[in-house]
Amino acid sequence: MNKPVQVQSVDSGCSDDLILRERGQREVFCGLTGIVWLHRKLQDAFFLVVGSRTCAHLVQSAAGVMIFAEPRFATAVLQDRDLAGMADCNEELDRIVNELLARRPDISTLFLVGSCPSEVIKLDLANAAQRLSVAHHGRVRILNYSGSGIETTFTQGEDNCLKALVPELPEQSATVKSLLVVGTLADVVEDQFMRLFSEMGIESVHFLPPRRATELPAVGDGTRLLLAQPFLGETARSLLARGATLLEAPYPFGVEGTLGWLQAAATAFEVSAQRFETVTAMPAARAERALVHYRELLGGKRISFLPDSQLEIPLARFLQRECGMHAVEVGTPYLDRRMLVAELDLLGGHERLSEGQDVENQLDRLRNDRPDLTVCGLGLANPLEAEGLATKWSIELVFTPVHGFEQAADLAELFARPFTRRERLRFRSCS
Amino acid sequence: MQLTLWTYEGPPHVGAMRIATSMEGVHYVLHAPQGDTYADLLFTMIERRKKRPPVTYTTFQARDLGSDTAGLLMKSVRDAYERFKPRTMLVGESCTAELIQDQPGSLAMGMGLPIPVVPLELPSYSKKENWGASETFYYLVRTLLKKQADNRPTAGESAESAKARPLANMLGPSAMGFRTRDNVEEIRRLLHAIGVEVNVVAPDGASPEDIARIPQADFNICLYPEVAKTTCSWLERTFKQPFTSIVPIGVGATRDFLAEVGEIIGEQINAVMVEEDCSRLPWYSRSVDSNYLTGKRVFIFGDATHALAASRIASEEFGFSVVGLGTYSREFARQVRAQAQQLSLDALITDDYLEVEKAIAEAEPELVLGTQMERHIAKRLGLPCAVISAPFHVQDVPAQYSPMMGYEGANVIFDTWVHPLMMGLEEHLLGMFRDDFEFHDDAVPSHLGGSSAGSEPEQPTASPALAVAGEAGSDPVAWAKEAEQELRKIPFFVRGKARRNTEQYAQDFGLDTITLETLYDAKAHFNR
Repeated sequence: MNKPVQVQSVDSGCSDDLILRERGQREVFCGLTGIVWLHRKLQDAFFLVVGSRTCAHLVQSAAGVMIFAEPRFATAVLQDRDLAGMADCNEELDRIVNELLARRPDISTLFLVGSCPSEVIKLDLANAAQRLSVAHHGRVRILNYSGSGIETTFTQGEDNCLKALVPELPEQSATVKSLLVVGTLADVVEDQFMRLFSEMGIESVHFLPPRRATELPAVGDGTRLLLAQPFLGETARSLLARGATLLEAPYPFGVEGTLGWLQAAATAFEVSAQRFETVTAMPAARAERALVHYRELLGGKRISFLPDSQLEIPLARFLQRECGMHAVEVGTPYLDRRMLVAELDLLGGHERLSEGQDVENQLDRLRNDRPDLTVCGLGLANPLEAEGLATKWSIELVFTPVHGFEQAADLAELFARPFTRRERLRFRSCS
Repeated sequence: MQLTLWTYEGPPHVGAMRIATSMEGVHYVLHAPQGDTYADLLFTMIERRKKRPPVTYTTFQARDLGSDTAGLLMKSVRDAYERFKPRTMLVGESCTAELIQDQPGSLAMGMGLPIPVVPLELPSYSKKENWGASETFYYLVRTLLKKQADNRPTAGESAESAKARPLANMLGPSAMGFRTRDNVEEIRRLLHAIGVEVNVVAPDGASPEDIARIPQADFNICLYPEVAKTTCSWLERTFKQPFTSIVPIGVGATRDFLAEVGEIIGEQINAVMVEEDCSRLPWYSRSVDSNYLTGKRVFIFGDATHALAASRIASEEFGFSVVGLGTYSREFARQVRAQAQQLSLDALITDDYLEVEKAIAEAEPELVLGTQMERHIAKRLGLPCAVISAPFHVQDVPAQYSPMMGYEGANVIFDTWVHPLMMGLEEHLLGMFRDDFEFHDDAVPSHLGGSSAGSEPEQPTASPALAVAGEAGSDPVAWAKEAEQELRKIPFFVRGKARRNTEQYAQDFGLDTITLETLYDAKAHFNR
């Protein structure tokens, strides 16, 4: 596995007609949830949801524990007066934004985040953002995006947020060639990738989102895009429209994914095969060694993914090819083929791929399949455990550093832990 | 629009979910977009429930808006009926569906399902969770008792001859209610001891058939007024079932509650009711060790029921001084205001977390009794805190038996409130030898160990709100250097009070500067 992986197009058995498409109740968060990690990554940004009490309650419940006394997100809760036309929504929003910015002088970028109610009443947040940008010109950049459940699922919120940043990126001069890594990564992972790129001799590397919203990377014809997350299709398309070129690659989960991902950059920046080998051999071998233990624990086990984070396909690929698991059903809320070309090629072709959700039908299939492990959202995990099905919460996969060589074993460990835990515990629940 | 960071209550349809989730044989069809299913995790994660809430979400999307969302709703109702075979169905909408005005309740009513359908109209843009729970319970009970209500029997009538002991319903315990599981058990035990049997507990664990048996009881116990008071009032009007007004939290309230039950059933309640026999709290409070609790400043915030109960327990049963009292339950603001007035306080009626934070910082309490929000405020301000009310997090659903109600509840309360405090002798030693490297202002109680209080690694920058409120306001009079130094020798937990008193004294006597002498003059003045 120490050689760069050639991503070949194989007959993957997941052509359109073999995908199960379902429509019904979805047990998936809406795009507002992305705020939970985005507000931590972008340390000088504030996220103001324009929505209802439900939106506020959702973000706070999805955050699980309220660890922040005063978080960098809030909700402008629509009330009867706003809907009855007694109050002008735009004036109200201006008032709240002014109040907020007065309280938080440290904020450089404010996102107005649209929700289901704001979209149904057709509150024009793009317009509001423009108006407020003029009013606060020079101090705060005000942008908008939609995190509404009628438009977006869970991780699409990050896609929309980053897409909103694209027009703000400075123009890169035509002569410069640079690498832009797109998708929220843990700081430690960013640093690791940065070192690898630098050792390969790729000098100009930037990340979107950056750690500070004031440090936006430039984009232009010389920009090569490497997506760190598979759910960023809209952001990628916007960057392509600004001249960037998308590097097709698997996602950097596991040794194979990371190698393929780095290789795409290496090829684009004409890094010699020898140099690539020198830079990646050691960390790849280290990751391989760390994975051995988990392959023993996970090998031969059957896993199903319920649709949630859109990471399902790359993770199934990793678990099948590097940990010896068998994927029974791989559900994803939304399948963006273009972003998953390399992944779909690597996927075995024996798994049942499903897109969308009708949760009751899906649970029927799950009870019938009885996989050894089910990846699902928080609402379903304990009830499935109570039915005797081991589960892994999918939200952990977007909150934990799981990308790259050094995290490959950590990623496997997340899936192994439910098994290890069950082995340790001696008594079953009595009721 | 209202700017909200954290909310004490969810939207009203989450209240309706609490009722549905509490019950057996009831299903709730909720017209709602993707994302609203987040509410399932409140029950499955925070309460660790083993079953999904019995809720079907229609999950409409943007592309449905122009077409047939009403059709989607009807399909969901039909599918849910066929799959779950509920014996009663609740049909309602969340905030977004309210805007598209499909009127799901009426649509479902018109579908001719062979079971009672309760349409719920819970205005999301003006009302909140507890109100939603209360309305849902009320409409559910009304619907299921409609025939009986039309016949107008009186309470307890039907079972009169067969029944040897008075029968009571316990109304209000519900999913996501504070310590529901154990409170029900404790009150059941207490009632049994005085010869009262429990007829129906609802909504917790009740089926539609159980609801139909409610009129068989002689009276109702309104255990969680936020959820059950509306229903209890209707039952009183309709079936002449009296209901209790006192919530038995604390020794005094439990005693009064039993007396109230006695009045309702026409019996003198005695013997087992001598509180010393039933709760350890009175003796623990009188034991010499508890001297250090005297006059401790406590700030109380929560739902109305728990805030009211806590303020009574704090002042009458712990000998604390209540320095702040408030609630987010606007529906019960009047009672809280009245109680605050008795304590010479202005009640804080708000659901704005920042306002509560500011009030706590200003009141300089030595203990905060609140919700999970106040736990965070207290952590940030370096104050001890105990959670006494919803909203709560997973650690407030203990595995062990931990009621808040009845005599055992009083025991639990004693332990819970004392635990975060510094023990009496430890507090003294801290005051005596101030510069000890281990015992200093930032030391936490030794039995709690760990990192020092006041440090807040997650949020390194103080918010502007606290920069103002955290210090004791702007100095109205100047402090001489040696007086300021002397002030610092006073233990930190009483320093704020000493500063306030001295400044008050200086102002009253028209002094410009506080000297060492002023400090001790003021001390003597306030010692009187």
